[in-house]
Amino acid sequence: MDLNPEKKIDIEEILKDIKSYRPRRRGWTWRKKVEDQKIGSFQYKETSEGLKNSVPLPAARSFNNIDPQPEPVITTEIASGRFEDDIRRMRMAAWHGADHIMVIRTAGQSHFDGLIEGTPEGVGGIPITRKQIRATRKALDYIEDEVGRPINFHSYVSGVAGSEIAVLFAEEGVNGAHQDPQYNVLYRDVNMYRSFVDAAAAKKIMASTGMLQIDGAHNANATARQAWKVMPELFVQHAINSMFSVKAGMPKDKISLSTVPPVAPPAPDLRLNLPYAIALRELFDEFKFRAQQNTKYMESSIREATVTHTLNLLLSELTSADLQSTITPDEGRNVPWHYFNVQAVDTAKQAFAGMDGLKDLIELKTDEGYLKEKSRELKERAILFMEEILEVGGYFQAVAEGFFVDSGEYPERNGDGIVREKDGGVAANSIVERDDDYMAPVCDHFGYNNLPEDLDKPCDLIGGCTLHNPDKIDFIDELDPEDNVEKRLEKTEDFRENDMVKPEVQWLGDGWVNITMFIPESEAVAEYASIEIAKKMNLNDPEVIHKEVMQPAEGTVCEVKGWVDFSIDKNKLEIPEKEEALPYDEIRGFVDENSLSVVAATVGKDEHSVGMREIIDIKHGGIERFGIKVTYLGTSVPISKVVDAAIETNADAILISTIISHNEVHRTNMKKLNDLCVEKGIRDDLILIAGGTQVNNEMAVKAGLDAGYGRGTHGDDVATFVVKSLRGDYNEEE
Amino acid sequence: MPINREDDFEERRSHLEGLSDKELKARFWELAEDVIDPLIDLSKTHTSASIERSVLLRMGFNSLDAKAIVNQVVQADLLGKGAGHVVYKMAKKEDRSIKEVGLDIGNEKYDKEELKKLFDGGES
Repeated sequence: MDLNPEKKIDIEEILKDIKSYRPRRRGWTWRKKVEDQKIGSFQYKETSEGLKNSVPLPAARSFNNIDPQPEPVITTEIASGRFEDDIRRMRMAAWHGADHIMVIRTAGQSHFDGLIEGTPEGVGGIPITRKQIRATRKALDYIEDEVGRPINFHSYVSGVAGSEIAVLFAEEGVNGAHQDPQYNVLYRDVNMYRSFVDAAAAKKIMASTGMLQIDGAHNANATARQAWKVMPELFVQHAINSMFSVKAGMPKDKISLSTVPPVAPPAPDLRLNLPYAIALRELFDEFKFRAQQNTKYMESSIREATVTHTLNLLLSELTSADLQSTITPDEGRNVPWHYFNVQAVDTAKQAFAGMDGLKDLIELKTDEGYLKEKSRELKERAILFMEEILEVGGYFQAVAEGFFVDSGEYPERNGDGIVREKDGGVAANSIVERDDDYMAPVCDHFGYNNLPEDLDKPCDLIGGCTLHNPDKIDFIDELDPEDNVEKRLEKTEDFRENDMVKPEVQWLGDGWVNITMFIPESEAVAEYASIEIAKKMNLNDPEVIHKEVMQPAEGTVCEVKGWVDFSIDKNKLEIPEKEEALPYDEIRGFVDENSLSVVAATVGKDEHSVGMREIIDIKHGGIERFGIKVTYLGTSVPISKVVDAAIETNADAILISTIISHNEVHRTNMKKLNDLCVEKGIRDDLILIAGGTQVNNEMAVKAGLDAGYGRGTHGDDVATFVVKSLRGDYNEEE
Repeated sequence: MPINREDDFEERRSHLEGLSDKELKARFWELAEDVIDPLIDLSKTHTSASIERSVLLRMGFNSLDAKAIVNQVVQADLLGKGAGHVVYKMAKKEDRSIKEVGLDIGNEKYDKEELKKLFDGGES
């Protein structure tokens, strides 16, 4: 199936014959860097191969729609609870530049003793199952073909079924995964022995298919009371997982450190985060870096989160990032919505494009002074941390003594670290020593394995394992006859098949919208007033998701979400047809034959000249380039003067610009122009056109003019209308 | 138990002060290795229900069957032999396919003693 950019992805088509789907490749794929790449008018220092289909940044409009793709892989996390809706969001994110799609697991999966099957709905994430992975990977195959760049698919190998999940991921071609036994121990209270034993088995399997591993150290940032004080411990956590992974058989270039700049403004961000980032990259120079963005200090302000994340991107640019993760700026207010994933990806793309080649321009002072001293100090603190781990009797004892996620900056200790008992937690006392004759007749099995000698590969004993022969995989489709994707799709049929339209933020037809209002009242009054207003607007379950005081008495801005219970039939919409501009030669030919001329002016008491100059000036690609003679009268010109000039020059058309719209003055001006031309008896001889930011065609025609143009209009559009009007094209259509 | 301690970095670091940056880095990784070596040894010599289910998945069982088989193996106290090993041995003994035998084990067609007997005396 080839995707058609103009058509929605067909989920039912993807689910068809999912039983026989096989992944097209295994393992991780990096972007292809291009040295000194020329894109549009510019030479870039740090970009990768471009995309076949993409949505460029908004301002690209002024740069021939270039869409430079930065070097690092860009991650977005998508998990709304329904994978069939996430697939659509993945496509949107891919078009904006994401090539690493991370899927968060549903609450509770890490304590689920075994694999989940089928496609049940999740909470705060997706139940990771074979069918869900297959359908998503299959959809990503189509999407990566559409955008023209491989997309890495990623989830989590953790919990009490970590080893099985690793096998599942290897079988199904999942490209990357989080794996860090410390995460299980500290945050999921899985027994520590069990976590490490399972992790080694999982890592070996992950390594066998070239999966990229991301560790879990960044969670200490999010958990610690004062995130910047946990820096020494972060080195220790990274080191434990990295070294453990290497010894479990993972190559260093497939081990990626998940690192977050621990603090955010109003703290002095770079002064604290930069020495840490430098020290980390010096110590772990043989490994990869996944730069995550800060979530610890995220509130509900989209603007604030975006600025923090832009500073995080600056830090990535100043140091390094093999993968740049993005956090949706709405994470502080709700489970992320479609368009915030896209915004976060665009923030990374925009910042990297803007900072391209920065390191050629500036140099960090790492040889002496503050940066050197501070980064050395952090390294020493981390070393002292590990020395004490060994002193007390090793890692397990240290965890039992609450060494980790203590809010003191090590060696300072505040006695508030996470304590786990050695024989406590989920799945305590569940590891078993392997006997001398222990045997596992499969490939890529970590640890002691008493296999017969002279085997080519272990699975020859059983005629092949699933890693070598995928046809051996025993696929389970659904287990729950009610809670599954087919049942959910039935409910959204109206929106997929029957042309009904409803707004959404995460699920097809969810109906949620967000409205912003400024209320000239105190915070408390504004909050409750905005909810009442939303109710009167017929929004259901209105909830204030962000508020910000402008001044305690003068007012508060509130963002309110709520859902609508109606939908719109798109066939009943009246959508004005967008007119295609005529080709240059055709316009030019007609103008030459008929020596066209126009009179142009900004009318009323209005000094805005930019819009009109864009439409007429030859240097802006305006109508002059077709040879149309333009008499430009300037700004703040009375309507009568415009009409007089048209009579005097025997013009074919009048172009007025009317930007100011106070008291509807733009409508008044348009009407006045028509009326005066009628009065002078020249209306039929002239084409009357108005333009302005608040003008549209319907409004202009209603005022008696022939056409009206708003934002985004070019000279071609106006010239096309004039030519077609004079040729009588529009008469024929009637 | 967790402790409270003032920042005594300046005293503690005295033995690190003379190390070059290179030596400091080497020290960091030496310590990391010392910390994780016992963890790796533990992992090499131990197994778990999850690991054994992961073996059965690779042998071609689905997750439900793998779980049922491992439960039986645990009941028979044979996890230390390897769940895949149990299935393999029984299949060899009865000259039947891995899949059939595994499903039978999962469906409790064999009792504990029959499974245990596979490992009495003979070679593995």
